[in-house]
Amino acid sequence: MLKRSLIVAIVLALGAPTAIAANAFETVIVIKDHRFQPDEIKVPAGQQLKLVIDNQDATPEEFESHNLRIEKIVPGNSKATIRIEPLKAGEYRFVGEFNEDTAKGKLVAE
Amino acid sequence: MLGAALIVFRETLEAALIVAIVMGASRGVAGRTRWLIGGIAAGLCGAGLVAGFAGVISNGLDGRGQELLNAAILLTAVAMLAWHNAWMSAHGRHLATQMRRIGHDVSVGAKPLYALAIVAFFAVLREGSETVLFMYGLAASGAGGSGLLGGSLLGLAGGAALGWLIYRGLLTIPVGRFMTVVSWMVLLLAAGLAANAAAYLNQAGILPSLVSQVWDSSELLSQDSVAGTLLHILIGYSDRPMGIQIAFYLATLTGILLLMRIFGRNRAPMPKVAEAVVIDPAEARARP
Repeated sequence: MLKRSLIVAIVLALGAPTAIAANAFETVIVIKDHRFQPDEIKVPAGQQLKLVIDNQDATPEEFESHNLRIEKIVPGNSKATIRIEPLKAGEYRFVGEFNEDTAKGKLVAE
Repeated sequence: MLGAALIVFRETLEAALIVAIVMGASRGVAGRTRWLIGGIAAGLCGAGLVAGFAGVISNGLDGRGQELLNAAILLTAVAMLAWHNAWMSAHGRHLATQMRRIGHDVSVGAKPLYALAIVAFFAVLREGSETVLFMYGLAASGAGGSGLLGGSLLGLAGGAALGWLIYRGLLTIPVGRFMTVVSWMVLLLAAGLAANAAAYLNQAGILPSLVSQVWDSSELLSQDSVAGTLLHILIGYSDRPMGIQIAFYLATLTGILLLMRIFGRNRAPMPKVAEAVVIDPAEARARP
């Protein structure tokens, strides 16, 4: 019984990411000169999201959002992918933790 | 400059608090300084490596590398903390008896110091790599110059100092209750780290959130505030927890308590076991 539920759990764990990737709403946020472009992004509520953070600065940035419970380091001149579960309508703020004065933005789910 | 100081302070504080608890848990154990310094030094080297390979790690495993690495680190630390508390339940009483008979801490060195050293290693590794990346960014952009670097060093010193103060504060706990308090701190720390790991696994798309936001106490006590940060590290406070985080928190809490009960069976109830191992502070100081 325990063994079977373990196998089920593993299959679910392996299957879940692909299921999420399949019908996700994808959008790109560029980081340049320690600012997000765009800094306000409209996304559909109630749908899987896939954010691609494209850091075009030479320096690393930490994409952080307490609203979305995300902490992700994006090295300089590289991209990182962030998956977000379906959101309720509302505003979700995020910052670049390493340059919090300038790197600010929000997702607007509607 | 102040911004840089604050960021480095936050990262350092997290590692420093964990190291402070580990120092408390290994209080009076022969050879602990060597083990803990070894763990911290290895953590610093590892932090440099992780920072250096940040790009590879971040994009590895289909873009989930960073989340999975963080989760693995956190869960290993949880396992080590659980093992420590279980071991204490099983051997605390026996060691105390032996100590009383011989008059000093002959066998206390048998305590699983490597488990605590690994916890210190991972704490420094995780927070250190972020600090290294941040400071590298400062150096590379050349924007800040010495002001920002000075700020970073100030933050580093501040975080370490607060960690030290908390350790000193721990030492003021009456000797009779010391180990009980420390095992509860280790327990809560482990549960909080497990909840943190759950958040990373959710971010990697591997675990569902169950409930995306169980409560929102950010108005009451923001996780970004100093008190919120402290509570986040010490007991795993979160101002907007997911269901899966709470599930991991409670499962870890009950799991470790159960382990402590099982390992402590036929010996003594948990609190007494813990108390019994405490060593007189004067004696601890006299030890080489």
